[in-house]
Amino acid sequence: MNKSRRDFLKKAGMTLLGASGARFVILGIADAEHLPDSGGSGVRRRWAIAIDTEKCASQGDCTACIDACNAEHNIPRIDNPEEEIKWIWKERAKAVFPHQLGNDSPRTLRDREIPVLCNHCENPPCVRVCPTQATWKRDDGIVMMDQHRCIGCRYCIVGCPYGARSFNFRDPRRAIDKLRSDYPTRTRGVVEKCTLCAERLAIGAQPACVEACEATCGAMVFGDLANPDSAIGRLVRTTLTMRRKPELGTEPKVHYKL
Amino acid sequence: MLEKALDGGRGYWAWVCTLLALIGLGFVAYLHQFNNGLTVTGLSRDVPWGFYIAQFTFLVGVAASAVVLVLPYYLHDFKAFGKLVVLGEFLAISAVIMCMLFIFVDMGQPMRVVNVILFPTPHSLMFWDMTVLCGYLVLNVLISRVTFRAEIQELPPRPWIRPIIILSVPWAVSIHTVTAFLYSGLAARPFWESAVLAPRFLASAFSAGPAILIMLALLLARITAFDVGDKALHRLSTIMLYAMLANLFFVAMEFFTVFYSSIPEHTHHFRYLFSGLEGAHRLVPWMWFSLILGTGCAIGLLVPRLRHQRSSLAFLSAGIVLAIWIDKGLGMVVGGFVPSPLGAVTEYWPTLPEVGISTGIYAIGALILTGLYKIALSERAVI
Ligand code: SF4
Ligand code: SF4
Repeated sequence: MNKSRRDFLKKAGMTLLGASGARFVILGIADAEHLPDSGGSGVRRRWAIAIDTEKCASQGDCTACIDACNAEHNIPRIDNPEEEIKWIWKERAKAVFPHQLGNDSPRTLRDREIPVLCNHCENPPCVRVCPTQATWKRDDGIVMMDQHRCIGCRYCIVGCPYGARSFNFRDPRRAIDKLRSDYPTRTRGVVEKCTLCAERLAIGAQPACVEACEATCGAMVFGDLANPDSAIGRLVRTTLTMRRKPELGTEPKVHYKL
Repeated sequence: MLEKALDGGRGYWAWVCTLLALIGLGFVAYLHQFNNGLTVTGLSRDVPWGFYIAQFTFLVGVAASAVVLVLPYYLHDFKAFGKLVVLGEFLAISAVIMCMLFIFVDMGQPMRVVNVILFPTPHSLMFWDMTVLCGYLVLNVLISRVTFRAEIQELPPRPWIRPIIILSVPWAVSIHTVTAFLYSGLAARPFWESAVLAPRFLASAFSAGPAILIMLALLLARITAFDVGDKALHRLSTIMLYAMLANLFFVAMEFFTVFYSSIPEHTHHFRYLFSGLEGAHRLVPWMWFSLILGTGCAIGLLVPRLRHQRSSLAFLSAGIVLAIWIDKGLGMVVGGFVPSPLGAVTEYWPTLPEVGISTGIYAIGALILTGLYKIALSERAVI
């Protein structure tokens, strides 16, 4: 991934938001240098999310984070589970952590429905296998997608150990509940996944899921792991958190507190 | 030379028309897929690759297997393969073209396929697979053209072609090795994450490939005056037999390692294929049929009389092809996706459009092969 293309995409994103995403600008946090928990000069940022699953579970069937993401990114609603598009959704903890949770683990823990999303792996297999660099890792650790370059070979889906990617088996535009004009829609035949709301980070906002969660129970913490003084840096360094399938060496950046 | 493909009897044209009809049907099915997306296939979030990629994998093996003729003939001077070598190379050409078509129809955005060339990505195995396959096609077109020309003109082939022929030997091995690496390098899919996958791919290819060649040779002997001779057939059937034994040995290795170590992620996939998982067992009868058929045919081939008699040889070769086709063309790809990384069991079965498109591609391969064989046999004046 060369720099100029990244810069171009960043600018394109900014222009897009500058034109129509005025609501963030009004908040006065449009300066990209003042991102939440930025790691200071010279240190490469490592955006990450930590999820307190107990807090999350205390909200019952809450889907605030999922709804926010779906609305933010023009995610189509496809009822067929074989073809659905999802960037963030809930899974049973036992399926998410099959090694850590056994049949004798507390039932409340095993059956807990917890949010899952792309882990923005430090060492992402999806990026390694993609034959066109349509998926690539940015300097700040976000694993991005370029849906204009993707050829729809689905090798990245095959390579992702977390089932985090979705393929547009059909035209998604017909299945969007409420179209947002300030976020692109995708076309049939390409892959998509969570982008950690790169477009929001660019203007200093938090990812949509985290923002929505904050308004309910605050189970999600977002920030720069490279900065030990950030909220997430402190949390991960002082509490036992788990990541999915760490044995694969992908170095996921979504942390879970069970 | 090419005009020879256009001059044939009634049976020949009936065959060509049948193939053209199948290609037409496949094309209509593809238009349907093109207009509606891959939703017309049986693929899903959990099983993102299916019949197309499996056929691709099987056919890479068929293409690679030309080496079982090239190597003995050119490197060990095994004269009995003389008349057969070019037919093996033609089979490789038609198989590589089918491989490319299967990849093409599998794309979600087929019009962007050039992106693989515009943005070459050496860390992706798919990039290498494309590179070695294209190279292999060029090699086989060049070699078969030069050597066949020389044969017709009754001249020794140009000396510069020899190093290229020798290069084609490791190249053939490489195409199937890289294809195995597409799968075996993925931490996400324990079913394929096995160092024996590439050797197993090669072994099954070097069995199915000769089996197809034997069947083609026997067919040609029936419908034309061209006979490859018993010596060549015996050697081919021996290669097919030992490659199949090696393949079965590798399968046994997989079974032992997976079930003795008993790591759930590894056993789940084998259990899905051979006994079913959570009530899902669509592939179970197929896998057992393939295993029993393959083993049975290998045992049959061990009997010299059955191996040497043309009728039984044809039968056993067909059995070998079918067994390996089921194993690679159905079980191998789908088995890697069930269960999914989140433990979900989603079954897959190709839909009518998928089968139609695949049949169309096989018909294109058969048409190319027919044309090339027609030219070869006409030039040799045996039909
Ligand atoms: S979770 Fe999957 S899609 Fe996300 S970076 Fe890791 S491998 Fe890629
Ligand atoms: S589907 Fe698109 S993003 Fe995924 S590997 Fe293929 S080209 Fe890359």
